[in-house]
Amino acid sequence: MTDLVQVADVLAADPEQLLPARQMMAFTLGFHIILVPFGVALTAMMLIANWRGLRRDDQQALVLARRWSQVSGVLFAVGAVSGTVLSFELGLLWPGLMGRFGAAFGIPFAVEGLFFFLEAVFVAIYIYGWRRMRPWPHFWTGVPVVLSGIGGTSAVVAANAWMNQPDGFTLDDDGQVVDVRPLDVFFNDAFGYEAVHMLLAAYMVAGFTIAGVYAVGMLRGRRDRLHRLGLVIPLTVAAIATPVQFLVGDIAAREVFEQEPAKFAMIEALTETGTRVPEVLGGVLVDGEVRYGLEIPLGASLLAGLDPDTEIQGLDAIAAANRPAARLVNTVHVAFQVMVGIGTALLALSAWYAWLWWRRRRQPDRMPDDRWFLRCVAVSGVLAIIALEAGWVVTEVGRQPWIVVGQLRTADAVTTAGNVWLFYGATVALYAALAFGTAHVLRILRRRWREVADPPGEGDPGGEGDVPYGPSRARSDARA
Amino acid sequence: MSTVAAVVLFTGVVAYAVLGGADYGAGFWDLTAGGERRGREPRHLVDESLAPVWEANHVWLIFCLVMLWTGFPTAFAAIMTTLYIPLGLAALGIVVRGAGFAFRKVMVRTDEQRVAGAAFALSSLLVPYFLGAVAGGIASGRVPPGGHGDPLTSWVNPTSVLGGVLAVLVCAYTAAVFLTAEARRRSDAGLETWYRRRSVATAVVTGAVALAGLFVLRADAPRLLDGLLSRALPLVVLSGACGLAALLLLRRAAPRLVQLLAVGAVAAVVAGWGVAQYPDLLGTHTTIGAAAAPEPTLWALTVVAAVALAVVVPAMALLFVLAERGSLGAPH
Repeated sequence: MTDLVQVADVLAADPEQLLPARQMMAFTLGFHIILVPFGVALTAMMLIANWRGLRRDDQQALVLARRWSQVSGVLFAVGAVSGTVLSFELGLLWPGLMGRFGAAFGIPFAVEGLFFFLEAVFVAIYIYGWRRMRPWPHFWTGVPVVLSGIGGTSAVVAANAWMNQPDGFTLDDDGQVVDVRPLDVFFNDAFGYEAVHMLLAAYMVAGFTIAGVYAVGMLRGRRDRLHRLGLVIPLTVAAIATPVQFLVGDIAAREVFEQEPAKFAMIEALTETGTRVPEVLGGVLVDGEVRYGLEIPLGASLLAGLDPDTEIQGLDAIAAANRPAARLVNTVHVAFQVMVGIGTALLALSAWYAWLWWRRRRQPDRMPDDRWFLRCVAVSGVLAIIALEAGWVVTEVGRQPWIVVGQLRTADAVTTAGNVWLFYGATVALYAALAFGTAHVLRILRRRWREVADPPGEGDPGGEGDVPYGPSRARSDARA
Repeated sequence: MSTVAAVVLFTGVVAYAVLGGADYGAGFWDLTAGGERRGREPRHLVDESLAPVWEANHVWLIFCLVMLWTGFPTAFAAIMTTLYIPLGLAALGIVVRGAGFAFRKVMVRTDEQRVAGAAFALSSLLVPYFLGAVAGGIASGRVPPGGHGDPLTSWVNPTSVLGGVLAVLVCAYTAAVFLTAEARRRSDAGLETWYRRRSVATAVVTGAVALAGLFVLRADAPRLLDGLLSRALPLVVLSGACGLAALLLLRRAAPRLVQLLAVGAVAAVVAGWGVAQYPDLLGTHTTIGAAAAPEPTLWALTVVAAVALAVVVPAMALLFVLAERGSLGAPH
């Protein structure tokens, strides 16, 4: 109880801007992170469709590739501007972080900037190149998009990983950064698994979401080849990524256990250090005790160290001043379980898909159309997005009260200037409009494509049903 | 080493002023193009020429931010804790602008296009104003080294107003010249005249404001004026000469040459600002050396800049060449 009182004291001492600043950062990053998979991974699926279209002279695949390029074009634009807001926020909300550690923390962002440049250039060439460029050169302009998406994501994750396991700098007695080792900053100990984990997550989110869109179409009776292909390409990518993600996630959790014991204690909602720790499914930490959970004996110790005698540090091992409040622990604990739970469900879906595929392997072009399977695929995208957000909550909230673990507390990094609530409010209003606009624009595209699919007697209003390498209507009629 | 990093940072600022500026200016002409029917052709040209390039141009802003916060972290924090109002507004304006532009292209109904277009065009006016005001606040030394300067007077002051107005005008001028050249390339005589008139008009207004600005600076930021009229004088003169030459040759010379001259005019004046306040980073105080990150960080930034030069610049050149050749987008 005394600990809780102390925690309450620490909370009461928080600067008043901490709450709105954290909420705002969470809101804008949570928004941006949904867009990332579509810039990073949808472009890869678009290229797969493009490749297939060119190699097998498959017109439907080319239609898909072009449509996906339009979708990723819209989402890339929204992602570019919402990412810019994040850059401003780093300074506007966290000047204490940037001023003190910018010399180290900034380096991965400089690398990211390079990749963002390349991505922006080649996205533009690819999207606007459909009509006039020759097919194969056009295809190849898409490859740098995919590669720079991977590079850019890795670089941003490197910055995040550095906050979890800071490395590559020397402080003087005043706490100023006096020496920097750029490679150690970038390739910090958390970089490897965090980057791969995020990239796979991006491929899963984009794959399941896009597949889900076509699954809905098929459930509504549009079972043409276009829909089947639109289902199979992204679903295959996601189904390959999911089992790999399981392995990587497992490695990541073990790394967190070893390198970030405080975060691991939050994940397990473990109050006391000990061995033979059970894995608690569900449950909330109330008054220093986990209640309403389902215990699997020895589970946590076995998972963390493959040995029931593995000792796991609890929250009691964290110095009282740095001990996270129960609500933070619960947030991390629940978020982690949501992520793993959804991941498991998606693994099962991937296995189901593999089984369907194997069963139909002798039937060329017969793609899964079982209704229950399609229903599951239809919701898989939303689930994948929830898992992505949950995973990000684990790594961010799980780091609290630190913004740079062991070096700088979040409360000491937050701005003391201005009124963040106002900025936050304006941002929420604006992002609501942004989300609405994005959804609206995607619906316009869908309606346009549907008209192409069901010509109401007037032929091909979109002018794009027949000739994939050719007209792109979106621009020519935008001003008509 | 810190000077190298500062040069890299300022190169980014110049690139953003020129390339991003031309995009903002296009929004200015979009806003002022008049009613639906009258403004249709000029707006269409804005749409066509902006669509493939604006995101790549926008990345220069990110480049500047990253170079600043990594290379000169304390100065970055000082700027952010002082000028948070215009910077926050600029950030939100950038969202409105990018989204408005991207959405408008897809929308078909006129009323929807009007909303998205207005969002794009209005914010194209506000963002350069705020960024120009920020530049004015920094240049006149209103950002204290430790940050937390006056949140209002740091950007509501004579030099900031001058910076904001000049930024809007310069953007409009660059865009008008670029779009004149683009209209010529498309042999659209009507549009060419439309934009040429506006090039001349904005050039005259910009020149007049710049001259009047000398008096503003004499009163409000004498140190900056000193620098502009001594060390940076060649650049100031070069800027004026390029601007004038671009106007004179607007009708005759190859579009590319005209564009180059306009770029020269903008680049020289922005570079002039940097040279005028050298070696100070925050206008009148805090030298580049004092604000710089440790050497290895500066080296890392220099390597990144070198890679950008080797990889990104050719890629952007490819994009511009393809856009110019009409390889991108729909035929007319």
